[in-house]
Amino acid sequence: MSNSVGALVGDNICKTYHIKGQAPVQALKNCSFEFDPEKLNVVMGTSGCGKSTLALILAGYVRADQDSVTIDGSPVTGSGSDRLMVFQETALWPWMTVQDNVIFGPLSRGESRAKAIEASDELLERFGLGDFKTKYPSQLSGGMMRRAELAQALVNSPKVMILDEPFRGLDVMTRELMQEYYLKLFEDTGMSTVFITAELEEAIFLADRIYVMSDAPGRIVEIIDIDLPRPRKISCTATKRYAELEQEVLAALYAGQSEDVSE
Amino acid sequence: MSDRTAAGAEVKASNSPRSRRNSWWSISKINWRGLFSIACFFLAWGGAVAFELPGFAEIPGPWEVLLTFVNDFLFTKKYWQSWGVSFKRVIWGFVLAQILGIPLGLFLGTSRLFNGLVFPVFEIMRPIPPLAWVPLSILFWPTNEASIIFITFIGAFFIITINIYDGVRSIKQEHIWLARSLGASRVRIFRRVMLPAVVPTIAVGMTLGIAVTWNVVIAAEMIASDSGLGRLTWEGYVSSTPTVVVVGMISIGIAGYLSTLIVDNVERRMMPWRKS
Repeated sequence: MSNSVGALVGDNICKTYHIKGQAPVQALKNCSFEFDPEKLNVVMGTSGCGKSTLALILAGYVRADQDSVTIDGSPVTGSGSDRLMVFQETALWPWMTVQDNVIFGPLSRGESRAKAIEASDELLERFGLGDFKTKYPSQLSGGMMRRAELAQALVNSPKVMILDEPFRGLDVMTRELMQEYYLKLFEDTGMSTVFITAELEEAIFLADRIYVMSDAPGRIVEIIDIDLPRPRKISCTATKRYAELEQEVLAALYAGQSEDVSE
Repeated sequence: MSDRTAAGAEVKASNSPRSRRNSWWSISKINWRGLFSIACFFLAWGGAVAFELPGFAEIPGPWEVLLTFVNDFLFTKKYWQSWGVSFKRVIWGFVLAQILGIPLGLFLGTSRLFNGLVFPVFEIMRPIPPLAWVPLSILFWPTNEASIIFITFIGAFFIITINIYDGVRSIKQEHIWLARSLGASRVRIFRRVMLPAVVPTIAVGMTLGIAVTWNVVIAAEMIASDSGLGRLTWEGYVSSTPTVVVVGMISIGIAGYLSTLIVDNVERRMMPWRKS
């Protein structure tokens, strides 16, 4: 039995998009990383630096120019239920109820309907959506939809959760609530996470480690350990250590921006 | 502005004649405003004829039309048969267009090979107006009825196909990706993700399709048939009885409206997840 814990390793990932009628766009160049399993790894960068491309490659929806990503030693060649992604915009199927959305995964893998519903009910209750399982996504608020998506992914017990700016577009209060919510979820389950964001505060608040990306073509230019104590509380944002970390990450971001691209 | 004045102004506004009228009119379920405007329309029409406004010399007034209708049509078998005949043609053409158009649209949107082979021909034929097909249709089909149904079919077919095709191409990638990650087979993805995703475009195709089908069937009947509401209207014209023409027009309008109601109802049932 392999020691499968969800360690994602990337080795000099390059990705160039070829769009008809336009010059090729190099999204990633020599992007290397080793994401620790059972940790909340945050990838941070400015808009357009290739973070989303990286997330899509990790999830297996997009292939890098050369196969250069492994999970627990095995190469990543396509999508799978071991790496589930939560997109920037909700991907819940609008024509299915919340419950149908969540049980889709287990049913697709051949589990019995009864078992799938049982697992789904448990998760939805935990996520505070027990009363909404027969509702359609259009009847849910933004935060609720995100929680439903988390349930939809977690019911399949993935090794790694990949979240691509999942709380973007939510209002400030909902966003903070969702951050605390996900933190608690992570601290309870120890689920390996790759969390993409462009928000500095969000990054530091959530991360065990921040991987700072340069501007396009993106690569990891700096890795910063966030040694704030867990469980994290909002109060940690007022500490001196937090301020120091903020400066460190900002400096790394700026350094990434002035990188010589013609290397 | 002091609070008192603002509150006073608010109270005043809610008691004004306008808002009182609004709230009264919205009490009952009947659309009073709609009825009122239709009544005004008939009055205007009648007035234009009675006062012999320019152009209205030959046009019959609403009362004349109503009399002709009640005396010569309402209780005749031929009139209601016309309804049946036109409806039958519309339903046949419409349903056939769905049965053939939806799979074609799906194939065009999902198979690059199929698209490459079929789409160019499809696009060349699409701009040909349905009525231009009439002579060919008459030559080709063994019965007159078949040739008319073919025309109505053509009317709806291209619209429906192009709508589905567009719908397939607009499916959010993330919807498919997620299903794939969760381990769904291709068949399952097709049934549970792609098909429901294009249902809204099927609905749009249906709404547009039913309107075009009525358009086309009336004209086709005028040209090539001896039965139906279109024919009835046409006969009124060639026999110089404009009251019959107007009876025909109003009948067609009502028939079209009823069809739209039915289609709307079907659409609403197709999409229970839509925010009402």
